[in-house]
Amino acid sequence: MPGKNSKRKSRPFAGWVFLAVVAIGYGVTAIVDNDLAAAALAGWFGLLAKVLPVLALIFGLLFLAEAFLERAWIVRHLGRAAGPKGWALAVLCGVLSVGPIYAWYPLLGELSKKGMRSALAATFLYSRALKLPLLPLMAHYFGVAYTIFVSISFILFAVLNGLIMEALMGDRPSHRPEDVDQ
Amino acid sequence: MGSVNRFRRAGRRSVISFIKVLPIVIGVLGLASLLAAALPAGALARFLPMEGTFGPLLGAVVGGVAAGHPLTSYVLAGEFGSAGIGLATITAFIVSWVTVGLVHIPIESATLGMRFALWRNAISFASAVIIGYLAAIVMPLL
Repeated sequence: MPGKNSKRKSRPFAGWVFLAVVAIGYGVTAIVDNDLAAAALAGWFGLLAKVLPVLALIFGLLFLAEAFLERAWIVRHLGRAAGPKGWALAVLCGVLSVGPIYAWYPLLGELSKKGMRSALAATFLYSRALKLPLLPLMAHYFGVAYTIFVSISFILFAVLNGLIMEALMGDRPSHRPEDVDQ
Repeated sequence: MGSVNRFRRAGRRSVISFIKVLPIVIGVLGLASLLAAALPAGALARFLPMEGTFGPLLGAVVGGVAAGHPLTSYVLAGEFGSAGIGLATITAFIVSWVTVGLVHIPIESATLGMRFALWRNAISFASAVIIGYLAAIVMPLL
């Protein structure tokens, strides 16, 4: 029986339609409040400039994943058979990953297609909340004890969220075991 | 020859995947920027109660709607603390800021599925509220 994820329809132009809707939103905003639209547009270009290097990194990772990561390897290390090592890998990669979260979705999508557990994808995304370089700032504002409490909570809830996600997604792997390359 | 084909195939697939998500990434950035300009997090914080049972819930709502670098959430949360807003609310705000992304749902659903995106954000929102309450219980004991 196909998983619900396999029912995901391919809409090749959906992204462009979404971008057009956002552009229309800017147009409407410019009519209502030109200054607001100009400020938002400046912010948009600023964000794009910041994100471009990360997008290049993600494209490189996508290429490497396509070229070297066999589906069987992903299923073994990030699939249901991975066990505690898979969870640890998802948390560690989430904590160490850099750049904005949206840049990582395409890679996770590809890994998911190749057999990554949805639970580990959710755990990776949640673990990204723990930003090691920003911990000193958090400690400065809220104290060391609070920083330790929040950091531990992030890791525990990352795993908990992964487990809940898997239960809600139907407790099945992202893709069917029969899809796995033998 | 086999490896050349493999790299060529990998390159083609990567470019196709990338082109598919690129307009969504650009659109999400535009949406986030428009939202940040129209509803600055500082202005949203006016809706936060100083104390109260529903403080963490509202803190999580504001954190989930706001968009920006996590650094901004720490600075804002520090200001909220100085203004007298409770620790539970502040914690829910910080956690929700970095784990819930309403603006990112279009790209998350395009790559991982709508069901995944909606459930993940809903669970992360609930987690932010729970961690907020836990902070209020645990921190006085430390």
